[in-house]
Amino acid sequence: MTRMADPLALLRTMLLIREAEMALARLFADGEVPGFIHLSVGQEAVAAGVCSALGPQDSVASTHRGHGHAIARGVALDGFFAEVLGRASGVCGGRGGSMHVADLNRGMLGANGIVGAGAPIALGAALAHRIRGTGGVAVAFFGDGALAEGALHESLNLAAIWRLPLLLVCENNGWAEFSRSDTQVAATLSAWSAAYGVPHAEVDGNDAAAVAAAAAEAVEALRRGEGPRVLEARTHRWRGHFEGDPQRYRDAEDAARAAGHDPIARSRAALLAAGVAESALHAAEAEARDAVAAAIAGARAAPAAEWADARHGAYAPAES
Amino acid sequence: MVQAINRALAEALAEDPAVILLGEDIGAAGGPFGATRGLQQRFGPDRVRDTPISEAAIMGAAVGAALTGLRPVAEIMFMDFVTLAMDALVNQAAKARFMFGGQRGVPLVLRTPHGGGLSAGPQHSQCLEAWLCHVPGLKVVCPATPADAYALLRSAIADPDPVVVVENKALYAMKGEVPDAPEPIPIGRARIVRPGRDATIVAYGAAVHWATDAASLLAAEGIEAEVLDLRSLQPWDEAAVLESLSRTHRLVVAHEAVEAFGVGAEIAARMADAGFDELDGPILRVGAPFTPVPFARELEAAYRPDAARIAAAVRRTLD
Ligand SMILES: Cc1ncc(C[n+]2csc(CCOP(=O)(O)OP(=O)(O)O)c2C)c(N)n1
Ligand SMILES: [Mg+2]
Repeated sequence: MTRMADPLALLRTMLLIREAEMALARLFADGEVPGFIHLSVGQEAVAAGVCSALGPQDSVASTHRGHGHAIARGVALDGFFAEVLGRASGVCGGRGGSMHVADLNRGMLGANGIVGAGAPIALGAALAHRIRGTGGVAVAFFGDGALAEGALHESLNLAAIWRLPLLLVCENNGWAEFSRSDTQVAATLSAWSAAYGVPHAEVDGNDAAAVAAAAAEAVEALRRGEGPRVLEARTHRWRGHFEGDPQRYRDAEDAARAAGHDPIARSRAALLAAGVAESALHAAEAEARDAVAAAIAGARAAPAAEWADARHGAYAPAES
Repeated sequence: MVQAINRALAEALAEDPAVILLGEDIGAAGGPFGATRGLQQRFGPDRVRDTPISEAAIMGAAVGAALTGLRPVAEIMFMDFVTLAMDALVNQAAKARFMFGGQRGVPLVLRTPHGGGLSAGPQHSQCLEAWLCHVPGLKVVCPATPADAYALLRSAIADPDPVVVVENKALYAMKGEVPDAPEPIPIGRARIVRPGRDATIVAYGAAVHWATDAASLLAAEGIEAEVLDLRSLQPWDEAAVLESLSRTHRLVVAHEAVEAFGVGAEIAARMADAGFDELDGPILRVGAPFTPVPFARELEAAYRPDAARIAAAVRRTLD
């Protein structure tokens, strides 16, 4: 029987992601975030729903737009914010930043600065789970733009012939950087999956409960050894490709339409309709706000990352 | 040398259940050069895994598997094809330990053959090791003898970081003793192949044998050249090179790879600095000319460095 995700828990995860990313948007505008960041505002239901189907032994490979995946996977907010702000107490010691948040003990194999690169890594994790007999599965998140990358095709083919427990999750937001992805990819993902003989399911990526149910169904099939699955979540990118993106390529209507699909408002309404008290929702919102505020305060107070610690970090310390 | 590699793989598979092999036709077929012959029969198709022709996914999967508790040994059939695996190797494997703040290393090995002499042409003969030596996070070794091929591969598999083992195709057929209980060879340690007092020739891979031939030619003229086999290119044994240079005061670096921007350039630059006070002549490099590797026998013979060119360089630095 498919395990049902707790709808309030899904909302909590989405609130945490939204709160964290909106805070990052402000911090970025204020110049507190080095480099550049890609926000997943509006896409939270995919991260929350998919990760709700996973257990602690499972592995996740993420993307450049990976904050939601990390938070939904349970990466501690303190370490997360400290990393994105480049502090010594970051999960990666400030050496990776937004595009490389990883927490290997939680099976979070990292956000990735290379489009499509997470798929073969998750493929390898799935192989390791199979060979080691851990019972774990691996998930690769990727965007619709990544469908044009060869590594993704190689990975789906390999997962199919080896029948590996790999779930490929496409976050289809319609955009590949500054271009509509339908101008870049000739085949639909469903046709593409069918060609490799891999079951493909499409889900409303703004509906966390639907994503969670579809992911749970797929993950159970993976655990039964039925081979890889593809899950395509239609969603919307509310903001620019990166923070500060003037979006000259996008008309204002499209951005406004995107914001009309709010997974959080939707989940909230469903909970209220199901009889959950508004006060419980306010409490969840306050909790997310407080957690994010505390993590930011912690990151600001943390010492800067130290070059002396990083200098010899490319290799394991020599055994003496 | 192929048997030595096969033995190293077999022993590693037998000793550690986390070791797996991945590559094109390495299973039932025993590998394009026979290095994995018999291993799939012995260890099963799960651990000795035939892959489709997907270099990017082979390398990427090796990274993911290494981050998830295995010690994958991937084979890429010709070093020329490493171009297709570069993202996983350079942006993922080499970066993970550093960019994830030291949480975990990527204990993978890539075995891949380089080198010419077989008329394999421009896309099956290249020596691209300098590319990989240039990437922080990778280690690169290149054995010249069966004994070293065995020991360096064992060290590479045991290493907590990604190691590229570059095997010279022309040496696969080379015969040579591997002791029953071989001494481990740490990565980063060179070896004096032939001692000499007049000049140092530093080489690796096939060029080690050209260098010893050159030393024999020179000996007939009364010149005693010392030949140093680097064995590891990244990290390389700077102390051993400097020590030899401080006895001979002359240095020639030889390799099969293109001379320009190669491993020899790095060694020459370091020794021009650290060894400045020891030098009594110019540091000279012997490598391939700056063209693709040609096909026809006559062309390839003209292209590849050899003992005569190394000997000529030694004479010149002694001039
Ligand atoms: C290999 C590679 N090529 C190009 C880029 C630049 N780039 C970063 S994100 C992106 C668009 C990706 O689109 P998609 O996969 O749909 O993800 P989304 O940004 O929509 O989440 C591009 C082209 C990159 N990071 N890596
Ligand atoms: Mg997209």
